[in-house]
Amino acid sequence: MNTFYFLTLNGLTMAALLFIMASGLTLAFGLMRVVNLAHGAFYLLGGYIGVQVIRDTGSLTLGILAGGLAALAGGLLMERFLLQRVRGMDLSEALLTIAVGLIIADALLVVYGGQPVSLPLPRELRAPVDLGVMMYPYFRVLIMVFAVLLGIALWLVMTYTRIGAAIRAGVDDRETAMAQGINVPLLFGGVFAVASFLAGIAGVVGTSYMSLTQGLDVRVLMLSLVVIIIGGMGSLKGAAVGALITGMVSSFATGYLPQFALFFLFLPMTLILVFRPQGLFGRTA
Amino acid sequence: MAEKMIRVVGLEAHYGLGHALQELNLHVGRECVAVMGRNGVGKTSLARALMGLDPPQASGSVELLGQQVLGWSPHRIARLGVGYVPQGRRLFPSLSVDEHLQLNTRKGPAGQQWTTSRVFELFPSLGRRRRAYGDQISGGERSMLAIGRALVTNPGCLILDEPTEGLAPAVVEDVALSLKALSREGVAVLLIEQNVKAAVLAADRAYFMAEGRIVHETADGESMSDEAILGRYLGVSV
Repeated sequence: MNTFYFLTLNGLTMAALLFIMASGLTLAFGLMRVVNLAHGAFYLLGGYIGVQVIRDTGSLTLGILAGGLAALAGGLLMERFLLQRVRGMDLSEALLTIAVGLIIADALLVVYGGQPVSLPLPRELRAPVDLGVMMYPYFRVLIMVFAVLLGIALWLVMTYTRIGAAIRAGVDDRETAMAQGINVPLLFGGVFAVASFLAGIAGVVGTSYMSLTQGLDVRVLMLSLVVIIIGGMGSLKGAAVGALITGMVSSFATGYLPQFALFFLFLPMTLILVFRPQGLFGRTA
Repeated sequence: MAEKMIRVVGLEAHYGLGHALQELNLHVGRECVAVMGRNGVGKTSLARALMGLDPPQASGSVELLGQQVLGWSPHRIARLGVGYVPQGRRLFPSLSVDEHLQLNTRKGPAGQQWTTSRVFELFPSLGRRRRAYGDQISGGERSMLAIGRALVTNPGCLILDEPTEGLAPAVVEDVALSLKALSREGVAVLLIEQNVKAAVLAADRAYFMAEGRIVHETADGESMSDEAILGRYLGVSV
């Protein structure tokens, strides 16, 4: 029974990380139909910079902020100076984001080397806490709490603010939103920046769960894409549900049937692509 | 009528391989002008070209509210004070009726006289569906909302692409008369319309299109419901 609880909690931790990764990404994807394939590299960038800052300053908060800001800077530069030049050319956009992702990941390999890096956490955050059913690392609990608060904050913004309404309109029908006076490209730039920031933060806090290594960028990117495809592009609710499904499947499959882990991970996505291509909560274009 | 709020000169537009608009000239002052023609003659292409949507290879001159807007992004044209009611309404399924209006409410060339509550005065049935989403309201309410959404931008000119399509006759009349009233308040209204009755009720004059060109313009005093004209350019008899 203990294993079951442990896998459940690990699944929730994974789901929390995936939601932090995918929530911004799915909104940006919905707005401009550009999927940022460098998103995993932003995770890695945030992770390495964050760990470095924590080592140098001893402050976890500074490290998390620095990781987020490093990815934010990367996202802003990429959107302003590269993506805008190929706007509207789907293939060029996708290839461009892949190229940027590969360059960032390789640059990180040059600077930080190939040794796995883990998060230097203060003792009190590493210590397990009693969750009633079992003991579980405190920091992972904090990650889950953060993901829930982030979800609530994003939901409030999307539901009750003018910017949120404009984003929903842009995701529904970009062309009409523009013809009604909404500056969708600017909105996209903002969402893209926030999404990058969140990827960077996920990279720092996620390092407490998965060590930073080469290839991790591709792994988290793939999982984020699975989340978005399951949930439906542009849907916050979809990102939450998709992250839960993907996190749980990933944890339980790895725990009980590791040789089939990838199969079970990609099975829901494949079924959704075939039977409900718009995703669980997406809208048909 | 000296002031030209919409002035199109020699507009040519290509979409893909097709030649959608050719040597097109028209102008609208503070009045309501109808553009009529059969299906596929380029009426919607005209509206889209004016709004800067999927910029075709367009050449010529498009002046809206005194600005040369050819090549502008659609949101910039809209912010200039151009209201647009697209063909098929194109409401947002994720936005409520209220949100459609609030999102667009702004001070425009027409000042601030159009507000959410004034739209609900004009279309009372819409006011009863304020919390419904864009895809949950009836066809008539959709048209009303699409028009209301354009009105609350307080536009200096308003481009409508078949706003009465699919509406009950009584509602068509309401919409037509309110467009006429709007033009009397000084808004330039370009009404693309298949419904002859709506066009006759709303518009001061009309252009007729065929094969991407303006082929006829009603002269002073010439009725746009003249049977010969309608028969020739629309293939209808009244």
